[in-house]
Amino acid sequence: MKNDNIKHAAAAAAFLQDREQARWHDSAIWWVRQKRDAQAKQLPEWEQLRALAQQIKAHTLSRLDEYLEQFQRNAEANGVTVHWAADAAEHNRIVHGILAAAGVKKLVKSKSMLTEECGLNPYLEQRGIAVIDTDLGERIVQLRHEPPSHIVMPAIHLKKEHISELFHKELGTEAGNNDPTYLTHAARANLREHFLSAGAGLTGVNFAIAETGGVVVCTNEGNADLGTALPAIHIASMGLEKIVPRLEHLGVFTRLLARSAIGSPITTYTSHFQQARPGGQMHIVIVDNGRSDILGSDDFYQSLRCIRCGACMNTCPVYRRSTGHSYSYIIPGPIGSTLGPSRDIKKHGSMAFACTTCGSCSNVCPVKINLHEQLILQRKRAFDAGTLKAAKKMGLLAMRFLTRHPSLMDAGGKLMRKVVPIVPQALTQHSAWSRPGRELPQMPAQSFKEMWQARKENKQ
Amino acid sequence: MNVALFIPCFVNELYPHVAMATAELLEGYGLNVDYPLAQSCCGQPLSNNGDSQGACDAARRFTGVFKDYDYIVSPSGSCTAYVKHHYPWYIADDADFQAMQPRVYEIVEFLQDVLKVDRLPKPVYFPHPVSIHQSCHGLRELGHAAPSELMIPYHSRLERILQLVDGVDVRLPERRDECCGFGGTFSVDEPEVSVAMGEDRVAQHEATGAEYIVGADPSCLMHMGGIIRHHGKAIRPLHIVEILTGRGGAA
Ligand code: SF4
Repeated sequence: MKNDNIKHAAAAAAFLQDREQARWHDSAIWWVRQKRDAQAKQLPEWEQLRALAQQIKAHTLSRLDEYLEQFQRNAEANGVTVHWAADAAEHNRIVHGILAAAGVKKLVKSKSMLTEECGLNPYLEQRGIAVIDTDLGERIVQLRHEPPSHIVMPAIHLKKEHISELFHKELGTEAGNNDPTYLTHAARANLREHFLSAGAGLTGVNFAIAETGGVVVCTNEGNADLGTALPAIHIASMGLEKIVPRLEHLGVFTRLLARSAIGSPITTYTSHFQQARPGGQMHIVIVDNGRSDILGSDDFYQSLRCIRCGACMNTCPVYRRSTGHSYSYIIPGPIGSTLGPSRDIKKHGSMAFACTTCGSCSNVCPVKINLHEQLILQRKRAFDAGTLKAAKKMGLLAMRFLTRHPSLMDAGGKLMRKVVPIVPQALTQHSAWSRPGRELPQMPAQSFKEMWQARKENKQ
Repeated sequence: MNVALFIPCFVNELYPHVAMATAELLEGYGLNVDYPLAQSCCGQPLSNNGDSQGACDAARRFTGVFKDYDYIVSPSGSCTAYVKHHYPWYIADDADFQAMQPRVYEIVEFLQDVLKVDRLPKPVYFPHPVSIHQSCHGLRELGHAAPSELMIPYHSRLERILQLVDGVDVRLPERRDECCGFGGTFSVDEPEVSVAMGEDRVAQHEATGAEYIVGADPSCLMHMGGIIRHHGKAIRPLHIVEILTGRGGAA
């Protein structure tokens, strides 16, 4: 679970102390953004696809209740048990109930940010059930006892040397062997044993199709397939916004998802789960956990269109220079910085300020969420909730006042232009502006207003 | 044609020569240029920090000061984008604002779309390599160029207007439109990230071999300029109007 007291500015400053590691992080993720660009460019209809995806999701959200009920009816007709969870606690209780009833002692899990959001792992572990994350990246962060730093590439903050060290300690690989193929094989061999001995498999859901009652999981490692094919019980946990109305809509999203996420035309596996295998069980847990509150918000309902591709993180210049671990909410980056504050403005409101409002995220987003605008709107909520630091609030009130009184603003500006050049550098170099290595602008003798007035007088 | 100069508050205080170049450029095309003295901040810093009441007051104030001019022109893409696209958050129903909104322009947009210029008032010879800095709000909110994220045909207002300048050698940095990290109050709320972004951006501009970073947003140029001076680098930030008026390099 994540420490939700993290403040982005401080955590990012700490991360940036190791500039070399920070540069590496930035370039590694920028490379994924470039792969995305190259893939997107190959589709002449890319922008139309984004518009279509936006419309399908917008339509679905406008009748979400109907589509959810249709989905439930069709899933139940397929023999699937459908559960509804109002919040994280209920989700965890339901999953535990299913596992306890079947006497399951080990659960293999794949592809689920939702279970991170719900804190499922510690909940089950406290109740004597072992949980094994099976995506390679998720497994790595699980072994390190840390949260994922990215929603698609959970261990992107780590280099292969870190992983080699970890696997040496946890899985007994050779010390100092950093070969990715070797390390991957070691993880795979270890995971294989867990797949074979687990009593149940849990997956996330990328898309749930109302007309068929089936769910679709997109992965690259095939672990979701092993995790559902080997154990007899499959639990699929989904946020209630995952619905698409018809199977024919799926193609729009699968074409966008992998291209946006990792810059490949499609994920290696696009697995459809429709019913339990003979003798097995299939459960779908539909989770609200704050989503219907977001749906009811004029400013933020659009964030429910998200298909969790992670492209907004990859393009975010702040994310790339601060890692996902600098954000207090479990989902980092632009989308996390609207979802987090929506969940709890007091806890996560500061995330909305970790943004220059450059708008690159809104442009890469395959479902065209107005992400950078949402962050500004979340700042309104933070301001109104009184979560701004006192000094900042004072500054804003002063600014408000000066904006109304230009003559005072002129006087203040003049004072600044006269005083700054004579203030000893020792005083200014500790200001937030100058501290990290940035000089103040040179102060001109006159403001434009003064120049303009003088020019007018000369002309007359 | 009556044109009002909208000079952002910090440009008024810190970059008066950019404001003056803007005025001279417009006058050079024979326009009647006025600078309404009652103007103050457009309110973007208030809005960006969640102060809706303050932002709303500033928007009404701005509208009152500028509504009667034929055009309102500014040398800042960010402040222009804010007025055009974010005022509706606060005063969408204000009839004066609605009538004014389509007449607010960033200077390069104004030259290209309203005046449709095909020459500069005075011929300019600027035999230097320059690296184009696309500032985010001009780029993504005003459409100053095709943003690299969107799969749309390439265009760039700055590159187009620089075709009117003799001798200039236009270059593009790697990551052609990544944010410089200024971000208004972000620059002091998250100074370390802000400066790290700025250092990367300056390095990318330098790597083109350019002598100048040319942009249409004084705030980004101020931020990069502060980093350049800190490290004593040779490259210089320059506002596009400084080149178009033939003052480039003098400042
Ligand atoms: S907000 Fe958009 S870009 Fe970000 S993860 Fe969601 S779908 Fe992808």
